Amino acid sequence: MRAAPARLWSVALAAAPLLLAACGGKEHLRQYPQTTFYPTTQFARTTDGLFMLSLILGVAVGVAVLAIMVYFLWRYRYRPGAPEPKQIHGNTRLEVAWTLIPAVILAVIAVPTVKAIFSTQPEPPADALTVEVIGKQWWWEFRYPQPNGDTIITANEIHVPTGRTVHLLLKSDNVLHAFWVPAMGGKRDLITNRINHLIFKPEQTGVYFGQCGEFCGTSHALMRMRLVAHTPQGFQQWLTSEAAPAAEPLPTDSAVLLGKQLVTQGACAGCHLIEGTPMAGRTGPSLTHFGRRRTLAAGILDNNAENLRRWLRNPPEMKPGSKMPNLNLTEQQITYMVAYLQSLQ
Amino acid sequence: MSSTATVAAPRPVAAHHAEPTGLWSWITTVDHKRIGIMYGVTAFVWFLVAGIEALMIRVQLFVPNNHFVSAETYNSLFTMHALTMIFGALMPLTAAFFNFIVPLQVGARDVAFPRLNALSYWLFLFGGIFLNVGWVFKAAPDAGWFAYAPLTIEAWAPGLHMDFYVLGLQVLGLSSIIASLNFIITIINLRAPGMRLMRMPIFTWMTLITSVLIVTAMAVFTIAITELMFDRVFGTNFFNTVDAGADPLLWQHLFWMFGHPEVYILIIPIMGMVSEVLPTFSRKPLFGYNVMVFSGVLIGWLGWGVWSHHMFATGMGPIADSFFALSTMLIAIPTGIKIFNWLGTIYGGSVRFTTAMLFSVGFIAMFTIGGISGVMHSSAPSDLQQTDTYFVVAHIHYVFFGGTVMGLWSAMYYWYPKVFGRLLDEKMGKAHFWLTMVGMNLTFFPMHFVGMFGMPRRTWTYGPEQGFTIWNQVETIGSFIIALATLIFAVNLFTAWKRGRVAGPNPWGAATLEWSIPSPPPVYNFREIPVVHSRMPLWEGDPTKAAGIPHGRAEEETEQVTLGGAALAEVGDVHDENKMSAHDLGIHLPPPSFWPIVLAFGITLIFVGLIFRQLTGAMHSLWYLMIAGVAITVLSIYAWAFEPGH
Repeated sequence: MRAAPARLWSVALAAAPLLLAACGGKEHLRQYPQTTFYPTTQFARTTDGLFMLSLILGVAVGVAVLAIMVYFLWRYRYRPGAPEPKQIHGNTRLEVAWTLIPAVILAVIAVPTVKAIFSTQPEPPADALTVEVIGKQWWWEFRYPQPNGDTIITANEIHVPTGRTVHLLLKSDNVLHAFWVPAMGGKRDLITNRINHLIFKPEQTGVYFGQCGEFCGTSHALMRMRLVAHTPQGFQQWLTSEAAPAAEPLPTDSAVLLGKQLVTQGACAGCHLIEGTPMAGRTGPSLTHFGRRRTLAAGILDNNAENLRRWLRNPPEMKPGSKMPNLNLTEQQITYMVAYLQSLQ
Repeated sequence: MSSTATVAAPRPVAAHHAEPTGLWSWITTVDHKRIGIMYGVTAFVWFLVAGIEALMIRVQLFVPNNHFVSAETYNSLFTMHALTMIFGALMPLTAAFFNFIVPLQVGARDVAFPRLNALSYWLFLFGGIFLNVGWVFKAAPDAGWFAYAPLTIEAWAPGLHMDFYVLGLQVLGLSSIIASLNFIITIINLRAPGMRLMRMPIFTWMTLITSVLIVTAMAVFTIAITELMFDRVFGTNFFNTVDAGADPLLWQHLFWMFGHPEVYILIIPIMGMVSEVLPTFSRKPLFGYNVMVFSGVLIGWLGWGVWSHHMFATGMGPIADSFFALSTMLIAIPTGIKIFNWLGTIYGGSVRFTTAMLFSVGFIAMFTIGGISGVMHSSAPSDLQQTDTYFVVAHIHYVFFGGTVMGLWSAMYYWYPKVFGRLLDEKMGKAHFWLTMVGMNLTFFPMHFVGMFGMPRRTWTYGPEQGFTIWNQVETIGSFIIALATLIFAVNLFTAWKRGRVAGPNPWGAATLEWSIPSPPPVYNFREIPVVHSRMPLWEGDPTKAAGIPHGRAEEETEQVTLGGAALAEVGDVHDENKMSAHDLGIHLPPPSFWPIVLAFGITLIFVGLIFRQLTGAMHSLWYLMIAGVAITVLSIYAWAFEPGH
């Protein structure tokens, strides 16, 4: 087997970009914020490890097959005047060999695969944080049931603590979606009339990208989200402030007051929820602490005044098929509404 | 290739067979060869249409937040790209070869049911047009070819989009089932004397396996879309989740029970084609014929037990996940055997690099890559990161484009001279091959990366912050290189038809029966039905090859080899008899019939009637068109049954 070292080299070369990506760490995450090569949970490391194992074996087999093929094609090319080749019609021993060798290689992948199938779908521990995830067209609702029976409702930004198992209850009341934050692990579908489960334990604080993984209609591409992993204390603080009703405008701040009037007494109230106001619509995302969110319109835009103005001018232009219609607001109205929405810290 | 002797004949003999010509003769034809050509031409047009849809997808994704097409149009584009490629281009292209080549390979004068064969073509033509009529009404199907419930029920998919899907595919499915039954019966019953099953050419074997898969898989799909049609048209409750408690996973199980065998329906015929091309241009018999046959059977069989590997993310639970992960891995074994046996065929050969051979070799390389990423998906937990991303898009295109399409192009270069009597141009062919290889790898390889970097599939756009831009730009450039290659191919196909080099009966020195008769073959194929003594009848008389031909029995080897009543050495000369019509030679051929096209029209009309319920908003128009369709169907079946056969 003199060719073996050369073959190993070519394996390494072919695998290099992906291996580099896998080892790239923070820089890689900055470039590709939704990458699967930045696992931060045991679940994600397990899937990543299986990927690497199957990649290395696959590239080794693939390079070997292609190398043999190219060599045979060159070695046995037609030469003028050459006699007709020897007519071989098979070789039982060889054929048995190349039945068994792939079987062994597959077994190397199969054993950890089955182990991982079970280890990534465990029973949630008793102290797990339960979050209900409800897929909508095209945004996410996250509900945190509290021991006192209340439920904290937020949208498009899921907050979790590190060091504690998170148990997602995945539901849909419309079409199918899939919850997918690659840094936390694989995706799982949200299926109408069923409850699905996804269990992972975040280890590293940070803000991670996620996106709907199952085609769900017109704006499937624009159904994104952020996952924010806090320290345990940070998560408690977030939860406490999230449970509070919406901030009241200062009596001196006339723009915010006018904005509140427009939002809570206008068309918005039909669909949106703002705790602490009469607004109790359940069609659209909760806006109770809208001003604190990092993004708007389900992860597609940074949450700032300029983007919010663009959104309010004509939502379906930014998100085709959006249930929020163009309300034909004046620029002045938009200014007041933006002021109020941004005050909802 | 100077090495592949071209028989010097003045011109192809097509005009000499006293065949009727003109449009009417094509509309009423029941000749498997003409039907094969019609399948091929129609499917190639659909291939170009689906290719243009793919280019529009690639233009849309060239830059982030692009507005080249709207979200709605994009969703229709990727849905119709898949449907048109699978049901309009790839399956019918394989059917074109089944039609033209298989009866010749088994030494038959036609398929078992010639008029039924015509019916399946006309249903394919009408069904394909019907499916695409949605574009005219701005209502092309838009929920993906997989059409997951409940996105497809009335509540979430109002309008006609998915009606075109359920009804158009009914017509196309009917066409496939009818055609496949015909091929199964042809292969089982019409083989020439002496052609035992294990002497059949490998392409015929793979056609048989594929046809069995089509009949069984299409039946499941027919049930699924009938149920969906009932939900949409009559308000039943198979997939309706709105206050009705249906389980959307029922659709997924039904769809993939069809959908996964469908993958093998698209690749097994190609394995057969490549297994014909490699031995011919390596000048050696196929390595391990028996194992090749049985691994094909095994792939088809195992293909029935893996469907839920498309559903690992649905939360089936660890037991089901494990079963489908392991069964999927098992399929890699017979697939690997095939790849190694192809290498074994090249080993020790004398390889001629014709364009057909290059595409077959390219097929092995690209299909191997697609197979390997397939094994990577089979690891269920790992697949949770891959499923519904561009990694899977890369995988399916390595299998369907690198595999199916490249294999089909190989078959085109290989059998074109048999079909039209002229060779495709090799210079253009090589440009076509190399541009295709470069283009396809530029287009589809980066999809592996961008998928693992988090890009979901079926997304009409992406944000600049997601980091997908540069990879998408490389992919788009690659797709236009494929387009250029395909353009060269189309020019080659067209110009060679009238101006290509004359091929003669056996330009490649191949071994199977179709090469024993003139190119293009006379209407009756074989003047006298050949008697077959081995797997490679045309290599039989050649002393350097005889030793390598298995299953030749001593007593048979001493018999005279008969092909068309002539000694082997004489076969291939254009005799005066070939200018005689079937009638002059006393060969009975089924007469032409226009009832197949009328029947196909009637059946299609029934389904068109169902769709117009919403266009007019009134139910009476449904009955109007449907009753007309039923009347035409009944009438033409009756007329068909009593049509004289002589």
